[in-house]
Amino acid sequence: MSIRKMEPREKRVIPDRLGTPLRRLLGSWEVLLFGVAVLIFIANSLASPYFLDAWNLSDATFNFTEKAMIAFAMALLIIAGEIDLSVAAIIALASTAMGYAVQMGVGTPGLVAIGLATGLACGAFNGFLVAVLRLPSIVVTIGTMSLFRGISYIVLGDQAFGKYPADFAYFGQGYVFWVFSFEFVLFLAVALVFGILLHRTNFGRHVYVIGNNPLAARFSGIPVERVKFILFLLTGLMSGIAAVCLTSRLGSTRPSIAQGWELEVVTMVVLGGVSILGGAGTIVGVVIAAFVMGLVTFGLGLLNVPGIVMSIFIGLLLIVTIALPIIARRVRDASKA
Amino acid sequence: MRNLLKNRELLLGLIIVGMILGFSTRADNFASPGNLANIFNDTSILIILALGQMVVVLTKSIDLSVAANLAFTGMAVAMLDAAYPGLPLALLVVLAIGIGAMLGAINGLLVWILQIPPIVVTLGTLTIYRGMTFVLSGGAWVNAHQMQPDFLGIPRMLVLGLPILSWVAIVVVILVGFILTRTPFGRSTYAAGGNPVAAAYAGIDVGRARFLAFVLSGALAGLSGYLWVSRYAVAYVDIAIGFELDSVAANVIGGVSIAGGIGTVIGTVLGALFLGVIKNALPVIGISPFAQMAISGIVIVLAVVFNARAERRKGRIILRDRAPASEVSA
Repeated sequence: MSIRKMEPREKRVIPDRLGTPLRRLLGSWEVLLFGVAVLIFIANSLASPYFLDAWNLSDATFNFTEKAMIAFAMALLIIAGEIDLSVAAIIALASTAMGYAVQMGVGTPGLVAIGLATGLACGAFNGFLVAVLRLPSIVVTIGTMSLFRGISYIVLGDQAFGKYPADFAYFGQGYVFWVFSFEFVLFLAVALVFGILLHRTNFGRHVYVIGNNPLAARFSGIPVERVKFILFLLTGLMSGIAAVCLTSRLGSTRPSIAQGWELEVVTMVVLGGVSILGGAGTIVGVVIAAFVMGLVTFGLGLLNVPGIVMSIFIGLLLIVTIALPIIARRVRDASKA
Repeated sequence: MRNLLKNRELLLGLIIVGMILGFSTRADNFASPGNLANIFNDTSILIILALGQMVVVLTKSIDLSVAANLAFTGMAVAMLDAAYPGLPLALLVVLAIGIGAMLGAINGLLVWILQIPPIVVTLGTLTIYRGMTFVLSGGAWVNAHQMQPDFLGIPRMLVLGLPILSWVAIVVVILVGFILTRTPFGRSTYAAGGNPVAAAYAGIDVGRARFLAFVLSGALAGLSGYLWVSRYAVAYVDIAIGFELDSVAANVIGGVSIAGGIGTVIGTVLGALFLGVIKNALPVIGISPFAQMAISGIVIVLAVVFNARAERRKGRIILRDRAPASEVSA
C-alpha cells in the first residue's frame, strides 16, 4: 500500500452508483446509451443524405475501431483503479519502431511482431513503475507519455517514415467480407475476448475487487500488483495492435501520430459507464460508447464540422455523461427529502 | 519532516547549480549573469503556471486545462487588442486574469458542486477550451503587426536589469507563497489535500478550498495567456499545446506530492527552473531540440520515483507496512 489509497475514502463521499437505486441506474446505463446511439443514428441520417450508405457506414467504423481496441484494455485498467495516459505515445513509438524496421528491410510479419513487441515493452515499463515500484499511475504515465513520444521525436524529428510493404496495408485497409473491414472484425473479436475476460473469468472478478477495495483484495489473497502489471501489459499490447492498424491505414509514420488519443480513449471508457474511481463498468457499455463516439464524429464530419470543433463535443460529452447521473441523483434525493 | 523538505529543495538547488556549471564548461557564457537572467525570463511563464498548478495539486486535484486556458485567454486579449487598439493595457491584463479565473471557476464548480474527479473535468475542459479558441478565432492568427506597441513592449521593458516579465513571475512567487503560508485559504489547501476527512472534521470546506484553488490556477493561466502572446508576439489556436504537462512536471520535480498536501513554493520554482535550464542548455551542448520531450519524460519519471521514496519515510500504519509482505506469499 505504498500508493496513498485515498480514493476509497473519497468513494464514501462520492457514492458512485453503488446504492440499490443506483444499481438500477447502472443496469440501465447501457440501455440509455444504446438509446442515445439510436437517436444519433437517426439524427445523422436526417441531417445528411450520404449517411445511410453501407460503404459510408463502413468507413465510419474506422473512426473508432483502433481507439476502441485500446479502450477495452483501458476499461479494465480504470476498473482496477489505475489509468494509462501514455497509450497514444505507445502508438507513436510502436509506429516509429515499425517504420524504422521498414528501412532495415523487414517484411510484414516482422513489422507486426515489432509493433506488438514495442507495445508490450512499453506496457511492461508502465507496469513495472506502477505495480513494482508502486508509483501513482496518473503521474507515471504522464511521464512515460512524453518519454515514449519523445523517443519518436528523437528518431524522426520532423521527418516521416513511409514505404511500408504492399501487403502490410491489409491491416488498416483490407476487408474480410463485403463492407466488413479487417479492423472492424478485429474490433468485434477483441470486444468478445475482453468481455469474456472481464465478466466470465476469475481474473475479471479480481479486477473489480481491486478497484473497489485494494486492501480487501490483498487480504483475500488476490495478487494485486501482478493483476495490475498484467493490465498494463494488456493496455500496451492493445496500443501495439492499434499502432499496427493505424500505421497500416495511414501508410506513414510521423511522431505526432495519434496525438491526443489518450483523451478520446478515456472519454470512450467513461462514456461507456465505467466509473473513473474504479470498481464498476462493463465491456458492453464501452462497445456502445465506441459506436456513439464514432457516429458523432462521423456525422459531424459529414456536416463539414472541423475536427477541433468536434473535440468540443467530445469534451462536453465526457463531462455531461458523468454529470447527468449525479444531477439526476441529486434531483431524486431532493424530491425524496 | 520540515528538514527533509528543506534538504530536498537544497538538493534540487545544488543539482541546478551543478548543471549550470557543467553546461558552462561547454559554453563559456552559459553561467554569465546575463544568460542566467535570460533563462529565468524564459522560464517565467512556466513558473507562474506551475504555481497555479501547485495550489490545485496541494488539494489533491490536478488541472490539465491550464495550457488550453492560456491559449483561449491569450487569443481573446490578442484579438481585443487588435480590434480595439485604444483599450488600455491594464484593462486587457485585468480581462486576461478575469477570463482565466472564470474558466478556472468552471473547473472548480464541476469539481466542487458535482464532485466529478478533477482529472476527468480538466481532461474535458482541456479540449473544450482549446476548441473554443478555434471557434473564437476561426482558426486565424493574430500577428505581431496587429498588436499594439505597449501590448508587446511592456513585458520586455527592463526594470533594475530584469524584464518586467521576470518581475511579474517574482511577484507571483511572493504572492502565492504568501497565500499558501499566511492565509486561511492557503493552510486549508494543505489540509484538504493532506487528509480530506480530517480537514472536514476540522471545519474546513474541502470542496470550497478546491474551487478556490482552481480559480487561482485559472487566473494565473489567464495572466500567462497575455504574457505568452506578448512574449512570442503571435496568437494562434495551438499555442502552448501540451504545456500543462510541463506545469505538472515542474511540480513533481519540485517535490510536490501528486497525492496532495505536500509541497513548497520554492520547490516548484526550482522544478520549473530545472526544466528551464535543460531547455536552454540543449542547443548549447548540441542535442537536438527534439530530444527535449523525451528528457522531460525521463525527468518526470525519475522525480516521481524520488518523491515516492521521500514520502514513504513518513510514519505509517503498521498493518500497511506488513501488507506487501503478505502479498509476496500470496
